[in-house]
Amino acid sequence: MMVAESCGRGDGTINHHKLTSLAEAIAGLVQDGAKIVLGAALENAVPFAATHELIRQGRRDLNMIAPISDISTDMLIGAGCVAEVTGAWVGNVSGGMGHNFRRAAENGQPHPIKINDYSNFTIGMAFFAGAYGLPYIPVKTILGSDILKSNKNIRLDKDPFTGEPVALVPALKPDVAFLVVQRADKFGNSHIWGSTGLTQEASIAANKIIVLADEIVEPEVIASDPSRVLIPGFGVDAVCHVPAACHPAPLIGRWQRDNAFFHNYHKETREPGDFDRWCDEWVRDLPDHAAYRAKLGGQLEELRILGDAPSAPANYATE
Amino acid sequence: MHDYSTQELMIIAAARQIADGERIFVGMRLPITAYGVARLTHAPNAVGLFESGVARYEPADGMLYTMCDGPNQLGAAWTTGLIQIMGLLSGGRVHAGFIGGAEVDKFGNINTSYIGDIDDPKVKLPGSGGAPDIAAMAERLVIIINHQKHRLVEKVDFVTSPGFLDGGDARTQAGLPGGGPAVIITDRAILQPHGPNNEFHLASIHPGHTLEEVVQNTGWDLKSMPDVGETPPPSKDEMDALHHIDKEGFWRS
Repeated sequence: MMVAESCGRGDGTINHHKLTSLAEAIAGLVQDGAKIVLGAALENAVPFAATHELIRQGRRDLNMIAPISDISTDMLIGAGCVAEVTGAWVGNVSGGMGHNFRRAAENGQPHPIKINDYSNFTIGMAFFAGAYGLPYIPVKTILGSDILKSNKNIRLDKDPFTGEPVALVPALKPDVAFLVVQRADKFGNSHIWGSTGLTQEASIAANKIIVLADEIVEPEVIASDPSRVLIPGFGVDAVCHVPAACHPAPLIGRWQRDNAFFHNYHKETREPGDFDRWCDEWVRDLPDHAAYRAKLGGQLEELRILGDAPSAPANYATE
Repeated sequence: MHDYSTQELMIIAAARQIADGERIFVGMRLPITAYGVARLTHAPNAVGLFESGVARYEPADGMLYTMCDGPNQLGAAWTTGLIQIMGLLSGGRVHAGFIGGAEVDKFGNINTSYIGDIDDPKVKLPGSGGAPDIAAMAERLVIIINHQKHRLVEKVDFVTSPGFLDGGDARTQAGLPGGGPAVIITDRAILQPHGPNNEFHLASIHPGHTLEEVVQNTGWDLKSMPDVGETPPPSKDEMDALHHIDKEGFWRS
């Protein structure tokens, strides 16, 4: 990899604002065949707005990489955007199976997909290695599992120090990572709170980072609490202001989970034609996420968190 | 009829698997309720771990659909990343974990990946999540599954989460650090590994069920442990704790 490619995120300047629309960010930064991290936090902060936009722009042959991204991967498979799935779990956390994932894996509909099985910890180690320039990480965790048979990328070997069995998990380096954050400034400095799954390692491992911010704030707000920064702005390529980008997944302190939406998706996507109708109604026939929010209307407003449970301020004074 | 449901009995049996002060990979639904019961009864110092990056003392107050929901994060002991929490497992600091699955076999191997052939599966199940990691690295594993012949099978099609593999010392030979499955709790009985081959045997039968029925609904030639008896019914304290948690009676039917 060229130095410029690995180091030159954005245009190389820090104080250059990166605010853009999600459509422009995806048009400019995501190519067909890209390796994409979308939903690395597991079941919260899933960037569903990006899922929709990838479908709208008709991206093809994507390799979707995530431990668990709830129904996002199922949607992309059903829309014909996916060639490979790299992860630990694809389904519907509320409803069970993902119908599109099953159709693709069992019958090759709408077309066959390659499945690269990982466990949550091994894909975490793959991102960690990718993020910090390690060629692979030796683990004990996947020993004895048939995942070693289905995923030939993970290799069984011997610990050179003890002679005991180890599994070698090679580095994963995605092309683009999407992440949802509670607030960001226009430079991409952002605050995330709550559990983050593999968001940090997956994002640092990725060549490009697109931030979907629930709220855009002044830079001073982010700078007031640098310990709450997971990814600093100098690593970010685009910042998109997309409120409720996580819907129907939750975002801590902002949006509750829309559990009924997950159940409805499960019921309304049983057959291929059903999924196409669902996808037209909720994705293809809508121009952007603002239209999606408008369509949800009161249903979305009911999920907005209005309560107050702030953390105590942290003092960073120097004298 | 009893004054408890089968699911309530399973929750109490699961709660009894948690000792005081232990760090437990909890999981959603039945296990998280069992964790709550254990905390309110015999294990007030247990710690609950969630692979998304959450550690908790008190179980969440409020309905959880997933471990990532707001109520599981409010007032948590730690909200962090997956590597930090699963790193506790990898570091040998987790006592037990709960997992379920589509299929479990007589050596406690669990399949949540493929029914049929890997390359041409009859059913593609959602996959592993963190279950193989918990199965590989926790000191012991508690398996919860409905007792049906197609679920308790002679040999799973795919070992997603390793139990004792081919039995005997195969698990140790494979280099797995954790102790492996300690118990299978079903809606009919409790099974435990027994003998040098580590094959799962019948340990106790739930009240109202019979040996014949349990054997008929098991996909391998199920043998009994020497002292097989009835699963002890829930105590009043245990049921009080469960009702305190399950105010709406979700598990009562």
